[in-house]
Amino acid sequence: MTTTSVNSTPGQHRFHLGQGPAHRRMRPREFGPTDIVLAGLTLLAAICTAWIVFDQLTLLSGMLGFVVVTAAVFLLYYYVLNRQLLGRRAASDRLMGAVATLAMAAIMTPLVLMVGFLFERGAHLLSWHVLTTTQQGVPLVCVPHQHCAQAGVFHAIVGTAEQVGFAMLLGVPAGILTAVYLNEVGGRLAHWVRVIVTAMSGLPAIVAGIFIYSIWVLKFHFSGFAGSLALAILLLPTVTRGTEEVLKIVPGDLREASAALGAPQWRTVWSVVLPTARSGILTAVMLGIAVTIGETAPLLFTVFGSTTTNWNLFGGPQASLPFLIWEMVKLASKSTIDLAYTAALVLFLLVFVVFLSGRILGSPWLGSAVRSLANRRSARRRVALEEVADR
Amino acid sequence: MERAGSVAYGTITSEIRPGDGTPLEPRLVVTRRTRSDLWFRGTAYSAGTVVLLVLGLIGLFLALQSWPALHYMGLRFLTTPAWVPQSQHGHPASFGIGVAGIGTVIVAVIALVVAVPFSFGAALFISEYAPRTLLGVLPFKSALTSVVDLMAAVPSIIYGLWGLLVLEPHMIGLSRWMSDHLGFIPILKVPRGDSIYTGSFFIGGVLVGIMLLPIVTSLSREIFSLTPVAEREAALSLGASRARVIRDVVLPFGKGGLVGAVMLGLGRALGEAIAVATVISLSFVHNWHIVSPGANSIPALIADLFGSGGKLGREGMLAAGLVLFVFTLVVNTLASVVVGRTRARTR
Repeated sequence: MTTTSVNSTPGQHRFHLGQGPAHRRMRPREFGPTDIVLAGLTLLAAICTAWIVFDQLTLLSGMLGFVVVTAAVFLLYYYVLNRQLLGRRAASDRLMGAVATLAMAAIMTPLVLMVGFLFERGAHLLSWHVLTTTQQGVPLVCVPHQHCAQAGVFHAIVGTAEQVGFAMLLGVPAGILTAVYLNEVGGRLAHWVRVIVTAMSGLPAIVAGIFIYSIWVLKFHFSGFAGSLALAILLLPTVTRGTEEVLKIVPGDLREASAALGAPQWRTVWSVVLPTARSGILTAVMLGIAVTIGETAPLLFTVFGSTTTNWNLFGGPQASLPFLIWEMVKLASKSTIDLAYTAALVLFLLVFVVFLSGRILGSPWLGSAVRSLANRRSARRRVALEEVADR
Repeated sequence: MERAGSVAYGTITSEIRPGDGTPLEPRLVVTRRTRSDLWFRGTAYSAGTVVLLVLGLIGLFLALQSWPALHYMGLRFLTTPAWVPQSQHGHPASFGIGVAGIGTVIVAVIALVVAVPFSFGAALFISEYAPRTLLGVLPFKSALTSVVDLMAAVPSIIYGLWGLLVLEPHMIGLSRWMSDHLGFIPILKVPRGDSIYTGSFFIGGVLVGIMLLPIVTSLSREIFSLTPVAEREAALSLGASRARVIRDVVLPFGKGGLVGAVMLGLGRALGEAIAVATVISLSFVHNWHIVSPGANSIPALIADLFGSGGKLGREGMLAAGLVLFVFTLVVNTLASVVVGRTRARTR
C-alpha cells in the first residue's frame, strides 16, 4: 500500500519523532506492513509493561487481570505512538480501529476457550463404546474401589434426534409459511404478526417448557412428544425471522415476470420465490435447528429423562442430551461429571455439524456444486425413466 | 387490499362506469383471484395467525393454571422473598418472587453491562473495519459473521458447564480484587468478610453477558449495515476518517436500532434459566452485595425447584412463569417495535 507524501520535502523522514506530526495524505483504509509491525511492537511493549505492573505491584490477580491491563496499556501506547507519527486525527481513527479489533478478539475468546475446554475434558472419554451404550445397569454414583462400567449416551442421542426431528416437522413448515405470509401475502395483520414473531424469538425457553407442561404433561404424560412441542414453539420464530430476511431480498422483477407469464401467486411463490431463496432459507433453518438441539430448559419438565433407550416418541419418558448433561452436573460426582463432559462434547459436535452443513448448503459456491450434482443425478434419472417409457 | 408496488395476480378488470363517458372519471380496478390463490393466501394467513394463537394460549394457560396460587397469595406473591409452598411447623405456606424478581433484573443488568460495549465494538469491527477477504481469497467478513452465529448456537447448558468449572475459578480473583479495592461502593462490598466469592450475582451475570455477546453483536451489526451508503460516502468524501464516519454517521443513524438491540438482549438475559441455575447458589435472602455468594432469578428458580412442594408449589411456579412471560413479552415487544421502526426508515 503506497501513499504519496505530498507535503514532505525530500529530506523529511516519515517518522520524525518530536518534530510534530507529518502532514500527508492518508487513505481511510490505509494499514500497511509498517503499521502491522508497529502494532505488534506496541503490543509487545504493552505486555512488558503489564508484566511489570502485575508482577511488581500486584494490582490485580489472575490471567484475566493481566489481559485487561495489557489491553488498556496497549491502547494508551498505540494512541500516543500514532499521535506522534501521524497526528491527532489519524491517531483517534487508529484508536477506534484498535478498540473494535480488541472487542472482536474479546468476544471470540469465550468460544475458543469453551471448545478447548470441551475437547480437553471430553475427548479422551469419547469412544465407540460411549456412543453405542446407555446408562442401563450403571450406578449413577460410583463408590471408590468398586468397578463400574462406563455409561454411554446412546439413549440420549436417540431421544434428541427424535425430539428435534419432530419439532422440525412442526416448526419448519409453519415458520416458512408464516414468513411467506409476512412477505408475500401481507395485509393489515402482518405488521402485528411481525412484531409478535420478533418478540416471541425472545420467549424464555423455560416458559415454553412450563407451558407445555401445563397443557400437555398434566393431562397426558411425560413423553418425547411433549418435548418436541416445546422445541417447536422456540423453533418457529427463528425460522420465520430467518426466512423473511431472505425472502425480502428476492428481487421483485422475478415476481413480476412470473405474474406477467400468467402464473397465479401460489405458482410464483412455489416455483420462483422459494427456489430463488433456497440457499438462504436452508441456512436460516439449519441455524434454527442447531440452536434447538441444545435447548435444555423446555425439556426439563416435558421429557423427564430415562436411563434406557426409548424409541417411542409418544410413549413414556425419554432421554435427551442436554437434559442428561443438566442431570449429571446436578449430581456433581466424578463419574457423573465425566459423563456430562462426554455428552457435552457429543452435543457440541452435533450442533456444529448441523450448523456447518447449513453454511455449506447455503454458501454460494459449495451449495451450488452440491445442488448441480443433485440436479445432474435427477436429470440422469429422468432420462433413464424416459428411456424406460419409450420402450 | 394490495400494497403499493406489489404485484397483482389474477384477473384484473377495469370497468368504465356508465355515464356521460368523460375520460376523467376514475376507473374502478377489480382484481379477481383464482381459487387456488385464495386457498394459498388463506393457508399463509392462518399460518400467520398460529403465531398469535400460540402466544395467546401461553398467556391464557399459564394464567388459568396458576390462578389458585395467585389467589392464595394475592399481591404478596410479588414481594414475599421465601418459597415455602407447604405449611411447615405450623407456619402457613408462603411463597413469592420478592427475591427472585429483583434477582432476575440484577443478573440482566450485569449481563448487559458486560455484553453491550464488547458487542458494539465487535459489530463495528465486522461492519466497518474487517476486510471483505483476507489475502484476497479467504472470506473474512462472512467467516466472522458465521463464528458469531455459531456462538449463538452453543447450547446454554454448555455455557453453564464451562461457567461452573472454568469461568468461576477465574472470576474469584476479579471478585476479590473488586471487593478489596472498590469496596467503598456499597454493592461491591462483601459483608461479614466472606472470603468465598462463588455462586454470586456477579458470576451469573457475567456468564449471561457472555451468552448475550453473539446475540447483541449480530443484531447491532445488522443495524450498522443498514447505514445508507450515500451518507457514508458523503462523509468520506468530505475528508472524514473512519472514526468520524462511525461517530457522525453510523452511530447517530443506528441509535434507535441499537436501543432495540440492547432491549432484545435484555429480554434474553431476563429469561436465561439453565446457565444461571448452574452457576449460582440459590438464596432466598435479599443480597445487595453482588460479588458475595447467594443469588436468585425467576427462571433459575423454576429450573431448580419446579415440581417440588406439591400442587400449590407447582401452581406457584406457573405463576412465577407467568410473571416472567409477561415481563419479557413487554420488553421484547417494545424492542421489536423500536427495531422495526429503524428498519422501516431505511426503506
